[in-house]
Amino acid sequence: MSIDTAPSASATALDATSGAATRRDILRRLLMTLGPILVALVIAGCILLAVGVDPLAYYGYVLEKGLFSPLGIQQTLTRMAPLLFLAAGLIVAFRAGMWNLGGDGQFLLGAVTAAASAPVLVEIMPAWLALFCSFLIAMVVAVVWSLVPALLRAYQGVNEIITTLMMTFLGTSLANVLVKLAFRDPGTTVPQTRTLPVEDRLPRLFETTITSGLLLGLAAIIIVHLVMTRTAFGLKLRIVGANPRAAVHSGLGVPGLTVAVFAISAGLAGLAGAVDIIGVQGNVRADWNPAYGLAVIPAVFLARMNGFAAIGFVFLLSVLSIGGESAARRLDVPNHFTLVLVSIVLIVLALAEYFDHRFNQSRKA
Amino acid sequence: MSNVSSSSAFKPDIVALEGVTKRFPGIVANDSVDLSIRPGEVHVLLGENGAGKSTLIGMLSGLQQPDEGRILVDGKPTPITSPRHALALGIGTVFQHMMLVPTLTVAENLLLGGPWWQRPRIEELAARVAEITSTLGITVKLHAKVSELSLGEQQQVEILRAMVRNSRLLILDESTSMLTPKGIEELGALMRRLVGQGLAIVFITHKLKEAAAFGDRISVLKLGRKVGEIPPERLRALDEQEIISEIVELMFGKQKDDPEAVERPTRTVRTEAVPLLQVAGLAVASTENAPGLTSISFDIRPGEILGIAGIDGNGQKQLAEALAGQRMATGGSVRLEGVAIETLSVGERRRHGLRYLTDDRLGEGTVGTFPVSINFFLKQIGAAPFWRHGVEQRSEIDRRAAELVREYDVRTPSLKTPVARLSGGNIQKVLLARELAEGAKVVIFNKPTYGLDLANTLASRQRIRDTAARGLAVLLISTDLEELLSMCDRIAVIANGALVGTVANADDARTKVGRLMIGLAA
Repeated sequence: MSIDTAPSASATALDATSGAATRRDILRRLLMTLGPILVALVIAGCILLAVGVDPLAYYGYVLEKGLFSPLGIQQTLTRMAPLLFLAAGLIVAFRAGMWNLGGDGQFLLGAVTAAASAPVLVEIMPAWLALFCSFLIAMVVAVVWSLVPALLRAYQGVNEIITTLMMTFLGTSLANVLVKLAFRDPGTTVPQTRTLPVEDRLPRLFETTITSGLLLGLAAIIIVHLVMTRTAFGLKLRIVGANPRAAVHSGLGVPGLTVAVFAISAGLAGLAGAVDIIGVQGNVRADWNPAYGLAVIPAVFLARMNGFAAIGFVFLLSVLSIGGESAARRLDVPNHFTLVLVSIVLIVLALAEYFDHRFNQSRKA
Repeated sequence: MSNVSSSSAFKPDIVALEGVTKRFPGIVANDSVDLSIRPGEVHVLLGENGAGKSTLIGMLSGLQQPDEGRILVDGKPTPITSPRHALALGIGTVFQHMMLVPTLTVAENLLLGGPWWQRPRIEELAARVAEITSTLGITVKLHAKVSELSLGEQQQVEILRAMVRNSRLLILDESTSMLTPKGIEELGALMRRLVGQGLAIVFITHKLKEAAAFGDRISVLKLGRKVGEIPPERLRALDEQEIISEIVELMFGKQKDDPEAVERPTRTVRTEAVPLLQVAGLAVASTENAPGLTSISFDIRPGEILGIAGIDGNGQKQLAEALAGQRMATGGSVRLEGVAIETLSVGERRRHGLRYLTDDRLGEGTVGTFPVSINFFLKQIGAAPFWRHGVEQRSEIDRRAAELVREYDVRTPSLKTPVARLSGGNIQKVLLARELAEGAKVVIFNKPTYGLDLANTLASRQRIRDTAARGLAVLLISTDLEELLSMCDRIAVIANGALVGTVANADDARTKVGRLMIGLAA
């Protein structure tokens, strides 16, 4: 017979001691996150050594360009804007246990429709309203694009990893077709959409080149974080993610929530595309695909789907990608080495997690 | 049974279990079970689903380790650390579901698991198989593909595989469940020849007739405990009908010195009162792995406890889920206080006062990783005062949760503790608090004491009695007849998804319900 050995002290009395425990927990988390990143930097350094590049010089250039030079940090912060929107969308989906890996297709379709609509709309209405409408259009298009995987998952139980990945290939191609055929700027020879004049784009912050889209991105990810952690709607989504059978048992409308999750996630991805076009690029060139959607996934995982931590990791990702581009040029390393670095971080982190788990298990046993 | 030599009783055990206990989060699967397995004997393990048979087999075949107690092999305490280790000790297991690769030939299947650096030694195997099959009187086509064999033949291959690996103890887990009657007969004959060669066999089944026909020794498991054993001498002295009635007595009968046995306090249910819950002609379509329901009808009055008795897996869960709105009904009506609720959603039925206390506490009753406090309110998300305008009011939630923790005596280190870390009894208290706290009119309890220890079992039963005493209608689904007899006003028996009879809980109820359960008319 299992006899309950838990102390019968009242629950509230013991709550006081848990403050110290949470602080220790946060410290351990921090160590478990930063430690593996350092190890990953060393491993990546060894790879650089192996191909005959001085790793210290590489990391030095990355930091110099991505973090310490005035121009570089402005570029880094500007790059964060679309990444933050994408991260917000992924947080909603991942917390609800749905793997929306179609971010790139949704992003590009949002970008293309924003690029096509904004230059037309600014001519017929006030700029602020035109930009708002472009955001809205981009969001709606991305949401519609996500309906296929959403409905298949909600009512047929089709694995959304496969459907969203397939839809992302279709979405990228469709975006290209739209640029080359429907929305092509007749005034240029290279296939691209009409360019939004610089003065009509999102304003820059103060006297810098940083886009105000950064503030929108920060707002989006913080709102998403608060909704997921503090509201009834967020709790419902988290229950669907943590235990779908409990969601059914508790009377939640799981199919409806599933569609809502996809809509929010894709809508935010569409907004990410719009903010990059309306804030920074001004137009979409044919075959343009920065593949931010996939690059953000590791950052969201590293942050354990926590919005505030995600801001930090998105910043790190931006530094790495802006600084990495420059360092790669100067040291003749392939541009994709940034991706190699990020993936090494992820693998080391997963290993650390695994050994930590094993260690805890064996200590309990 | 007659051809067992009387000397078998003096042979030492091949394998013996001593006080083996195995716990899983929330339930006790095996509770200090003793078992002795001797050469030359078919030892039948009999019990319903959830009685702990599979866990016991898991421990014997090295898949799981006991939490307490020990396993003796040839009289020496031996932890069986892995399935490979079990095979090395001579313990072979034939699982309920076939474990052969259908696209390979019989010979290839038998050779699986050999050293990877050697060429498979087909000739050696053929000689060994011929030797075994000739003494057992079976024929096996070594070069046939497994997918071309009948289920009975596949089973022979699995037994053969255990023999090729020099097993001394053969465990057959629900082996007859997929066989034709002729196949079952052949398996019985094969088992006799195997024990005739000095093997020990553990034969798991929930069918009484098979136990009586094939067993030399019968152990009955019930809710994780071994409630009785019929030794060979006694089996030989009885005929089949006597054996079956003795088993039924062990499975459903009153046990001496049962601490759970409490006199049912006589309560008076006003028979003229209007029923709170009226179910008429409820039907549910059967699915691949679950039986359907056909024309279920019953009424429950305020303050009444209606029990649903039956062997597990006869549609109890489907009935509970159809009433709660989790499973689509294909016909029939459900009325709560006269209001038809059969088309309403889970949430709307709850708002009308229907409560369903699930038997799957961690699987669907709670979100294990969420704190205790949130789990109290899983079915009220968004409702005031715990949420205002959709925003969580943490202080309200914590205040009310602390009240419920005190009121229902939930032993938890803190309100923030993930609910899965609590013991089964305390998780059940969280569920009881959630379902009974306010606004309940009709409560469905599905196996409310399954896997709980004695103290928590008694506490849960008292809660259920109190619920009825408050004037609520209670539907109590249980596979524990003792529990139903000690609490219910009436007991309905479910078999194959239909109610086969309803018995008022009077003095002769035990016999009547028992007869209905094994398919005899009351």
